[in-house]
Amino acid sequence: MVATLFEKVWQRHLVSQETQEKPAVLYIDTHLIHEVTSPQAFQMLRDKRLTLRRPDRTFATCDHSTPTTKPKSNGEYTFFGEQEKKQVEQLKKNCDEFSVPLYELGDSKQGIVHVIGPERGITQPGQTIVCGDSHTSTHGAFGALAFGIGTSEVGFTFATQCILQRKPKTFGIEINGELKNGVSAKDIILAIIRKIGIGGATGHVIEYYGTTVDELSMDERMTICNMSIEAGAKAGMMAPDQKTFNYLKNREFAPKGEQWIAAVKDWGQLFTDPGAKYDRHISIDASQVEPMITYGTNPQMGIKVGELIPSKGERQALNYMGFEEQQKLVGQPVDVVFIGSCTNSRLSDLRDAAKIFSNRKVAENVRTLIVPGSHEIKKLAEKEGIADIFIQANAEWREPGCSMCLGMNGDIIQDKQFCVSTSNRNFEGRQGKGGRTMLASPLTAAAAAVSGKVVDPRDYL
Amino acid sequence: MSSVPKTFHGADSGKNITRLIKMKNFKMNKFNKIQSTVSVLNIDNIDTDQIIGSDHLKITNKSGLGKHLFSDWRYHEDGSNNESFILNHPSSKNAKVLVAGDNFGCGSSREHAPWAILDYGIEVVISSSIADIFANNAFKNGLLPIQLGHDKHDFLLASHGTAITVDLQQQTISCDGQSFSFEIEPFAKYCLLNGLEQLDFLVEQLDQIKQYEIDTNKQINAKEYV
Ligand code: SF4
Repeated sequence: MVATLFEKVWQRHLVSQETQEKPAVLYIDTHLIHEVTSPQAFQMLRDKRLTLRRPDRTFATCDHSTPTTKPKSNGEYTFFGEQEKKQVEQLKKNCDEFSVPLYELGDSKQGIVHVIGPERGITQPGQTIVCGDSHTSTHGAFGALAFGIGTSEVGFTFATQCILQRKPKTFGIEINGELKNGVSAKDIILAIIRKIGIGGATGHVIEYYGTTVDELSMDERMTICNMSIEAGAKAGMMAPDQKTFNYLKNREFAPKGEQWIAAVKDWGQLFTDPGAKYDRHISIDASQVEPMITYGTNPQMGIKVGELIPSKGERQALNYMGFEEQQKLVGQPVDVVFIGSCTNSRLSDLRDAAKIFSNRKVAENVRTLIVPGSHEIKKLAEKEGIADIFIQANAEWREPGCSMCLGMNGDIIQDKQFCVSTSNRNFEGRQGKGGRTMLASPLTAAAAAVSGKVVDPRDYL
Repeated sequence: MSSVPKTFHGADSGKNITRLIKMKNFKMNKFNKIQSTVSVLNIDNIDTDQIIGSDHLKITNKSGLGKHLFSDWRYHEDGSNNESFILNHPSSKNAKVLVAGDNFGCGSSREHAPWAILDYGIEVVISSSIADIFANNAFKNGLLPIQLGHDKHDFLLASHGTAITVDLQQQTISCDGQSFSFEIEPFAKYCLLNGLEQLDFLVEQLDQIKQYEIDTNKQINAKEYV
């Protein structure tokens, strides 16, 4: 029987098959948690007098409500408010009580949940991975079946290491062709979402493949899988290859010695067999992709940076953004630039941004935040000298966390301000009430920071 | 009663579903027939950030979110009601059924979204398409998400303020002289009708889950974990 990558991973995790009457019981290998979507699930365990079955397969970090400013000299962090502080403290209490390993605030391994999973080697090919967070799709870049769940399901996973699932459909997205200089993985995924729409993959697991995908680095693959959810997909996946294995080798939680050899052999089976069919399929020509930017209030409202805002009657979105149909975005002044989030806060993203900041300064009246995805990345960026480039350019070089991606920790933009952001959502108010977000790649965001307006980043390379 | 499975025929349990009914810990109310007026929020792609903003994710319990539902649309800057917002209109008073534009509930996985909707008093949301995670979360809290074909959806989008009956047992919606059926995942339906928590069902499978772990060498402290 031929099978797709998704079907192979799905099949390996069935405690029981689905029937007409009930969904499949799907076994979960790895459960990632953070402070925002877990407290009520821990409470559910207490209320029902249940134990957390697999603390050894559960990993916690704090990222959403955490400050991105340095701690005081006594090591204390300044939280945005009491609630944020309480949420982070509650996570610590819960993890202590249920013996879950936690990357605490200030821990040298702490960072955004979807950044540290791969970084620590927790994320591995062929696994099922869940997290109370929709961007769990990121981990699919390793050939894992990884998806976001709600807090109830976080509780289910705590109690049983399983969730109930109907088998999703599959969606093959073939990406071939050579990327032009100045075009990045972020531009590919924004182009895909524009093409299929934000509900375009609802009910499907996307598999990305093709010569372009083969060429992409693991960081870039993660950027693409990360935003699968912005097309409504349950998950995004890519078959693991030598690059995947090289990335994982010797990482903290990766198998070692003979187990490594056995694991790589097994992981090598995880690909879509020739002849296996997807329920849906499209092709993308990567050589036609150009730097993208969004003009509206959801990620499908994107254009090539040089294009005009289309006439599609998106009145509410354009009113909110203060834009008009047929308007040019190039030249639009910006107030804030945010480089960070689980989409684009990895070392290669920071290197991209540094290419543009090098020997330049942030434009006057622009606030630029650069927030690495983890302490590990922060350390590497400082060692490489990238951080100095940012600091010399007058950008704010912050502590790791979700930061301005969703503005829960006080890092927000003001009413009506324009922000070019490397995050994944431009929803109304996402970065602060009334704030206007334009999603773009780290190159495009950095170019906006130094020029003070929306520009084509290729003019700055 | 005919469309409700009495027994689960899964290869796993073979256990009679009545065992489930006897289990305790029922926290959810049984979902009955809903008779109410319809409120129509005809906006496409309403995301969970709109339903409940990240300001309100900082709680460590589930209660009190109803007053923050759609808060950016519902209230003015100074906190006063935005009377032009449809849910603030007298015609929406006591509406338990919300009909929204295409692709409802996309975005973040926050279960705070269905908590807020339920706390506000809405028990059914209807759209032509509902995001996967939102629909999953809704079911687990006793909120019924219904996806309809475009014809039926369009009809309801034009029915703001009229009386509606949503009958989960029969899987029918009656509104303004029209009556039509809707699809629903059978297990979710069963749980809603009986006020069952899906967790209780999963906990019943623990023996089988442990067996799976042994068979696949995934026990705690297993030497190899792939
Ligand atoms: S960086 Fe943004 S999208 Fe990613 S986990 Fe944090 S809040 Fe969610």
